[in-house]
Amino acid sequence: MKKIAYARAAAEAVQEEFRRDNKLVYLATDLQPDLRQEFGEERVRVTPISESAFVGTAIGLAGSGYRAIADLRMATFGFVAMDQMVNQAAKITYMFGGQARFPMLIRMSFGAGMHWAAQHSISPYSMYMNVPGLKIILPTTAYDVKGLLKSALRDNNPVISFENTLLGQVAGDVPEEDYTVPFGRADVKRVGTDVTVVALSRMLHEALAASVALEARGISAEVVDPRTLVPLDRESIRRSVKKTGRLVVVDEACRTCSAAAEVISLVVEDEETYARLKSAPQRVCGLDVPIPYSPPMEQYAIPDRGKILEAVLSLFPRVVK
Amino acid sequence: MDKLTKRDGKVTRNNAGLINMYRTMLTIRRFDERASQEVRNGAVPGLVHPYIGQEAIATGVCSNLIEGDRIVSNHRGHGHLIAKGADTRRMMAEVFGKKTGYCKGKGGSMHIADFGIGILGANGIVGAGLPIATGAALAARLDGKGKIAVVFFGDGACQEGEFQESMNLASIWKLPLLFACENNMYGVNTSYTYAIAGGDLVKRASAYDMPTASVDGNDVIAVREAARIAIEHVRAGGGPYFVEFKTFRWSGHFVPEAIPDTRPKEEIEAWKKKCPIVRFMRRLLEDGIVTRPELQKIEDQVMGIIDEAVVYARESPLPAPEDALDDVYSA
Ligand SMILES: Cc1ncc(C[n+]2csc(CCOP(=O)(O)OP(=O)(O)O)c2C)c(N)n1
Ligand SMILES: [Mg+2]
Repeated sequence: MKKIAYARAAAEAVQEEFRRDNKLVYLATDLQPDLRQEFGEERVRVTPISESAFVGTAIGLAGSGYRAIADLRMATFGFVAMDQMVNQAAKITYMFGGQARFPMLIRMSFGAGMHWAAQHSISPYSMYMNVPGLKIILPTTAYDVKGLLKSALRDNNPVISFENTLLGQVAGDVPEEDYTVPFGRADVKRVGTDVTVVALSRMLHEALAASVALEARGISAEVVDPRTLVPLDRESIRRSVKKTGRLVVVDEACRTCSAAAEVISLVVEDEETYARLKSAPQRVCGLDVPIPYSPPMEQYAIPDRGKILEAVLSLFPRVVK
Repeated sequence: MDKLTKRDGKVTRNNAGLINMYRTMLTIRRFDERASQEVRNGAVPGLVHPYIGQEAIATGVCSNLIEGDRIVSNHRGHGHLIAKGADTRRMMAEVFGKKTGYCKGKGGSMHIADFGIGILGANGIVGAGLPIATGAALAARLDGKGKIAVVFFGDGACQEGEFQESMNLASIWKLPLLFACENNMYGVNTSYTYAIAGGDLVKRASAYDMPTASVDGNDVIAVREAARIAIEHVRAGGGPYFVEFKTFRWSGHFVPEAIPDTRPKEEIEAWKKKCPIVRFMRRLLEDGIVTRPELQKIEDQVMGIIDEAVVYARESPLPAPEDALDDVYSA
């Protein structure tokens, strides 16, 4: 084991997969310099600021026997390449009757909390969850980001990795040896008995902090990290809720049509899980506003440990707040 | 005057190649006539964008391609696919929405692909094939085996951002990519003279620092020659090349004709007189490359192929409803 930052773990995943797979190509407007040094300008390419063109290039490479990483940097820039992601990457395997594979990885950083305002802050993964054909990963720790990116780079489908900007410098334990984290396998990041808190991306760390405060009040929270949104590990989430009887979903994205809404649906749609609920499931989400610039407003618009604590406590009326 | 019409050139001409081009053009014509008719008969669930009138372009361009070269097509794609060697039976079956079609009935006319022979697909989104072809060209370059990519797109696609991004990217990376622009004078009913600032696509393309040409897209020999020059340049590592092929679409934008065709009648009639197939046929006859009985034989052969495709399509089973669940992801 070694302790490295999330961003470093991600870079290692890419570097190690580049060594394994000589068909791998990196496309980005800004590059990891060490990657370019090691693998050269042909495979590690600086693109002009032409998101549609380089996402489309990744698709064309994929359809021609290569595998490209299209690094869009910020998720808000991704909207410029929506046609290539939604109409092309997601659909072409299907439209062509499965006759070709399109292995590619699209990386986007996302989230709020940097005081970058609306056009540089968004958490849009649920939009892409609504597009069949894409796989969506949401790595939360150094261990997960390395293992999930490796799985993504060995998958035969278009995968989008949403990497929260504020997680970049968060350090975590990573094994020395090669490993992968499989898709569709949620991780119980904290075992508990009284309430299930499903937390997405950076909100996991907020939820873990809140669970400490809950513990002090005698409430034992189980914190579940889905890790991948498509595929989504429905079974693990239901299993946890069946055990605790309570559910709070924490998602930095806007509340309406969020991944959090999907998590609640999959719980209440399941008779067996529904029957075990002791209280109505709750969502702690971003407000339905574009992310504002000024810190007091920005903080107000997104969830944090305090809001999580409050939401969980509301399920336990007899506990002293 | 074209070389073909010079009698002395005849001995060195590849007559079989010319006759093959004629057969390809005729196959495209008959395929789309028949597909259009089947749409009107109600046998086709969706719609078809006929390539009728533009056959010389796909045929002339693809006659220069070799195994391993890749093409990316657009919504008006049947001609490109046939010229690159697609199976007309599986194409027709796809148009009919049958399980035996190229895409098992999941794509229809606008999404036919055959990756096995380098067809990376037709595309229903105007301009969207350009970035994908840029990737295919980058793959060819990384392979380092002298293969190239060709992207077919219309005059209308040139007003999409994806056109500008791809032209620029292919140029700065010097990719082996032929931009084959089929200027059929209209995008639906909008004239290119209205839609294109300055009205000159070649001038625009030159701004991307690549060689350009503009040729009569209804003269298959001129198309083949322009494409030959362009492809030699591209294949040799000279970077991308843009060729505008001037042509005209005979039918309405698509069949069934749900959108009224407002293009001037006289213009349509004038272009029909420039039929690429009749023109080529006359030259083949004048040059003594084919005889009338031989032409009749080709016509019969082609009709046979198309009949067979329609019978295959008609008799093939429809997909099961739950087949809709397959192929969303690759294993
Ligand atoms: C992005 C996008 N916008 C609009 C359409 C609808 N549409 C389909 S074909 C077409 C005209 C395209 O014109 P052109 O590129 O000149 O090709 P042509 O049909 O003339 O062969 C339009 C507007 C579309 N499919 N995609
Ligand atoms: Mg046009």
